[in-house]
Amino acid sequence: MSYTEATLQLLSPAGSIVESDASAEYLPYIEKLTDDQLREFHRVMVVTRAFDLEATNLQRQGQMALWVPSLGQEAAQVGSGFAMRPQDHIFPSYREHAVGMIRGLDVLDIIRMLRGITHGGWDSTANGNFHIYTLVLGSQTLHGTGYAMGLTLDGVTATGNPEKDEAVIVYFGDGATSQGDVNEAMIFAASYQTPELFFLQNNQWAISVPVSTQSRTPLYLRPAGFGIPGIQIDGNDVLISYAASRKYLEETRSGGGPRFIEAVTYRMGAHTSSDDPTKYRTDALTAQWGALDPIARFETYLRGRGASDAFFAELDEEAAEFADSIRRRTLELGSPATDLIFDNIYSEPHPLVDQQKEWLANYEASFAESEAAQGGDGQ
Amino acid sequence: MSETTGSQATVTDTSASAASPLQSMPMAKALNAGLRQAMLDNPKVLLMGEDIGPLGGVFRVTEGLQAEFGVRRVTDTPLAESGIVGTAIGLAMRGYRPVCEIQFDGFVYPSFNQITSQLAKMTNRHEGQIQMPVVIRIPYGGHIGAVEHHQESPEAYFAHTSGLRVVSPSTPHDAYWMIQDAIASNDPVIFLEPKSRYWPKGDVDLSNRGAKLHSTQVAREGTEVTLLGHGAMVSVLLQAAELAAEEGTSVEVLDLRSISPIDYDPILASVRKTGRLVVAQEAPGFVSVGSEIAATVTEHAFYSLEAPVLRVAGFDAPFPPAKLETIYLPDADRVLEAVDRALAY
Ligand SMILES: Cc1ncc(C[n+]2csc(CCOP(=O)(O)OP(=O)(O)O)c2C)c(N)n1
Ligand SMILES: [Mg+2]
Repeated sequence: MSYTEATLQLLSPAGSIVESDASAEYLPYIEKLTDDQLREFHRVMVVTRAFDLEATNLQRQGQMALWVPSLGQEAAQVGSGFAMRPQDHIFPSYREHAVGMIRGLDVLDIIRMLRGITHGGWDSTANGNFHIYTLVLGSQTLHGTGYAMGLTLDGVTATGNPEKDEAVIVYFGDGATSQGDVNEAMIFAASYQTPELFFLQNNQWAISVPVSTQSRTPLYLRPAGFGIPGIQIDGNDVLISYAASRKYLEETRSGGGPRFIEAVTYRMGAHTSSDDPTKYRTDALTAQWGALDPIARFETYLRGRGASDAFFAELDEEAAEFADSIRRRTLELGSPATDLIFDNIYSEPHPLVDQQKEWLANYEASFAESEAAQGGDGQ
Repeated sequence: MSETTGSQATVTDTSASAASPLQSMPMAKALNAGLRQAMLDNPKVLLMGEDIGPLGGVFRVTEGLQAEFGVRRVTDTPLAESGIVGTAIGLAMRGYRPVCEIQFDGFVYPSFNQITSQLAKMTNRHEGQIQMPVVIRIPYGGHIGAVEHHQESPEAYFAHTSGLRVVSPSTPHDAYWMIQDAIASNDPVIFLEPKSRYWPKGDVDLSNRGAKLHSTQVAREGTEVTLLGHGAMVSVLLQAAELAAEEGTSVEVLDLRSISPIDYDPILASVRKTGRLVVAQEAPGFVSVGSEIAATVTEHAFYSLEAPVLRVAGFDAPFPPAKLETIYLPDADRVLEAVDRALAY
């Protein structure tokens, strides 16, 4: 298991609140949460899981080029997702489906991308500032840092009004921490004191490679070397994920400089639909982490606070309906237009692109003509 | 000729047995066997990359090699391409022969500085006092319906850089021998593996190497038009040649195999015979390998040409979402369209 002495937790795996010296600093953030808010956390975790499992099935049935499961990482994502304010900006990696859901993204856009219809393409300004996924590991950490530098230049952060002050949150994985880009992002963030939270989901694996290959030190200690405060949290505890993210986002938006959270969690599924985890890890290890499931733990907690069977039953129904609607809408997705190949490469007309677009249109039309001619021959 | 069953043991048996030198296997297995042979031949050969150990690489090209040669010689590196190539340079300085695996074409760019400014120029910068026997294996090209960064053809970037050798096999037999020749080279070699060709089987002659690493080979003889390509494009060209033959046109197909240096003699000989050349590639055509060949052939065989050298290429656009790849990538029809144009001159 990869929790350490330093791993912060508010909700124990058994589903009860952890009262300790370490948790005292974070408890006030969750004490303000209403029952409705807490149930909303649960709702998004459950719906995301149903969505993820449905997408996994759709991929297996040949409906997608690829699927990237979020299974097991719902708490890390949902806690941090709800800790953001509407004005915040999110630079995800490619597994943050729950965060997208919270920010109002139509998650069918993720399916479009992994089905091979788009390269992302959603408008972040219309989707809660949830930027498109980035597949080249770590690249988005520099983009998030630059964006945060822009917030400072624009004077829209650290004005003393947390209702307005903007911040950036950037997501990345344990494998990505080895990329130069991620390290350079931390250097820039520290140098420019950006309003930015680095949110690492350490799910223990980079495809088949264990996190021990990437780092001999717990990853939350690494930012200290860059001059960035960092903490390690139990990534399967939605309450600490919320509280720690809230605390750090408020500190960074008020001018405190960048912050770093390592959420220790586990990739319960395959890396992607193309992966075969039996080649490199044991079922026993996965089962151990299964016992720490973020949703089961939170359900116990909510029941303790009086949530009824009816609440959970209705939620299951809602999740199943959502999954059904995703299936239906996926099967309805058409094919992209051929012109998409040439669209949006440049912001103004480009002779080579225009010429090839025209060539292809004529070329395709020539097939249509010859087919029509053959049809005319009396087939 | 016995079929490989897909088990590591079978590959092991075949390379050890002289009795049956001809084996049918997919390119991924042929590369595996070639890597294994190179490691047996020279203890300085090391494999390094992401997920190449217990997983055997995402395409299983290194399957079983860590179990056989140990973690010191087959190592899962930290997830950093610049780190992989940069440390391979240091290992080469120390006398090792690293073979780096880049997981997909689109992930080679974090190591671009180390490849183009460092690896390629080390020998020159050191006035020949050191050599850089580093191989960089890159699965490349389309036809696998994958998401962005997984289907690109980056060969022109590397061919443009002096100091790098760039090759790409199109058959399991060539893959088996070319990977060993690349590892034996004292210069850095960018070894481009056409990933859509990993799975189809072909005969590998384990005892007879055949062509040299940097040579163009005739894949099919013909008299009226020459088609030239590399990697996965060769099978498309052979398909086009077959279709052309049905229409009564005799087409010669050349497998480029080596992108830098280019072996021009067989190309010029073929052009002098047919008078027409169509160069095809998946990569975009602008400032590309095909453009270079067109210019050189025009300079050297101008009076033999009956038509301008034509290029068939991926469009000058980012590799599109997978659902559009069959439109983006040149297929036999697009090659034949160029053949018709060449014949019409
Ligand atoms: C620069 C780069 N190299 C290699 C890859 C191929 N690849 C995709 S995901 C992955 C593992 C990533 O692990 P991690 O950062 O821990 O994120 P996780 O997938 O576990 O969420 C690899 C090697 C890539 N996408 N980008
Ligand atoms: Mg990971």
